[in-house]
Amino acid sequence: MKASLLGFLIGATLLNVLYVQHVFAEPLSQSELHTRSLAASCAACHGTQGNAVGGVFKLAGLESAYFVTQMQAFKSGERKGTVMHRHAIGLTDDEIANLAQYFAQQIPLKMPILHSQTLSKIHD
Amino acid sequence: MLNNEQLSNVNLTQSASEINHTRREIIKVSGLATALVASGLLSACANVKNANPNVSQGRVVIVGGGYAGAVAAKYIRMWSRGAIETIVIEKSTQFVSCPVSNLVLGGSKSINDLTFGYDLVKKNHEIQWVQDEVTSIDLATQKVLMKRGEVTYDRLIIAPGIDFIYDTLPNLASVEAQEKIPHAWKAGWQTVNLRKQLEAMPDGGVFVMSIPKAPYRCPPGPYERAAQVAYYFKNHKPKSKAIVLDANAEIISKKGLFTKVFNETYAGLIDYRPNSSLVEVDIVSKTVKTEFETVKSNVLNIIPPQRAGKPAQMAGLNNIDKRWCEVDFLTYESKLAHNVHVIGDSVSAGLPKSAHIATSQAKICANAIVQLMAGLQVDQAPVFANTCYSYVTDLSAMHVANVYRYDAAKKIMVSAEGGGVSDRPSEQEGLAALAWAQNIWADTLT
Repeated sequence: MKASLLGFLIGATLLNVLYVQHVFAEPLSQSELHTRSLAASCAACHGTQGNAVGGVFKLAGLESAYFVTQMQAFKSGERKGTVMHRHAIGLTDDEIANLAQYFAQQIPLKMPILHSQTLSKIHD
Repeated sequence: MLNNEQLSNVNLTQSASEINHTRREIIKVSGLATALVASGLLSACANVKNANPNVSQGRVVIVGGGYAGAVAAKYIRMWSRGAIETIVIEKSTQFVSCPVSNLVLGGSKSINDLTFGYDLVKKNHEIQWVQDEVTSIDLATQKVLMKRGEVTYDRLIIAPGIDFIYDTLPNLASVEAQEKIPHAWKAGWQTVNLRKQLEAMPDGGVFVMSIPKAPYRCPPGPYERAAQVAYYFKNHKPKSKAIVLDANAEIISKKGLFTKVFNETYAGLIDYRPNSSLVEVDIVSKTVKTEFETVKSNVLNIIPPQRAGKPAQMAGLNNIDKRWCEVDFLTYESKLAHNVHVIGDSVSAGLPKSAHIATSQAKICANAIVQLMAGLQVDQAPVFANTCYSYVTDLSAMHVANVYRYDAAKKIMVSAEGGGVSDRPSEQEGLAALAWAQNIWADTLT
């Protein structure tokens, strides 16, 4: 119990610092800007900044060369996927290379667990 | 951070908000310091200083805390590194997922599996959250009025989801009528009600569902629902039948796949009738009339035609067919109002109104707003993905997936090469669908 509370606090603090840290960064280039929101679109299955919560390949911290090889294999049809071939074909080679870099730079995190709740009487 | 009650009791005008900042910073810093010390991970002082919110770039107000609104809030906070103050106005205290909610009708999920709180996303990203209902939007003074307060904005995001149109079936508009004939097209108690009606129906009964003309929220949703109801009948009430009255000329999403599922997996259980718009409904006898026929049911589920949610209508932004909102697809700024953005199902985009597209639009919009509020150029060629699964049994699902790219000449998002649907439903895709749900919920709510 104590350990899990501590774990939660460490997790929550790390998340807090990583998500909302206040540092003045250089403006992003058009390519970085494009990659940031494109990578975010992957989050529906692969989690925020590549930190999947289970059942799916975790992209955060993945070696960029491996990412490119796999995506190109999905694109060519060499590797069969459930939906990944559809996404890989839709992306340019530059986008795949930039996504590889982006995900390689993300820190693998243990994500907070989202618990479901009992539907409240006052909800519609 | 201020709690909901405190927030909703103050007028968040400029001066009041400055006071709030100070109070919030004090409360937040002490909270974070405690966490830092408790974790023993970081030396408190230096990092607390770094983690101070600096809302120097202004305030974004977001109307609606669904997939689009909650994600926009989170990503604006993340990508602005705390430099943009973000306030979400949401009338519900809980988030109930529409994706997966048809499985409640099939009986393999409970509504409580799909219901979540907003605590984590609020806390992790320091989003101010106001539980209230918007009553009007003043575009001239950039102010949102609520039942219990008001708030000014530098930029406004309207993410209200859908509103139902009862013009042709006015007797269906009341709460009492919907207790007898639920739409269950916003997940919640109506979903539970519809499930209970199916459970109470005798074997040999007739379930009738009406599908409106496209566009509506979740194109494959009604067909998934028919499959889920048939799944329940097949296992528990095999003499029963589901009649699907579709206002469209044909199945509008995953057509080949659903046709096969209806004809093979659920042979004799689903009677699909295209070109069937409702012209009349009798609430007491649960009888509907189309142009061609009268159909009596034991359990009746009418999914009404839809338009942009009420806050978008209040701001007068639903200019396409008086239903949907026209936006610039680089920023999601309304074509009718400066500094006002619309995302999610309310947008006229010519794309499926799905949860994944709602979150993808939210991220393009957040990315643009962070740039605009820092005086920088937005992405000139956004690209995003859509993946949408439909469950046809308790375990088996099938997908449609596409990448969409901005077309600079047409100024719209167009489908890229490679998009398409599954060869057949499978349990492997059922697991992928579950992983999709868990990840999109976590991305939206943590």
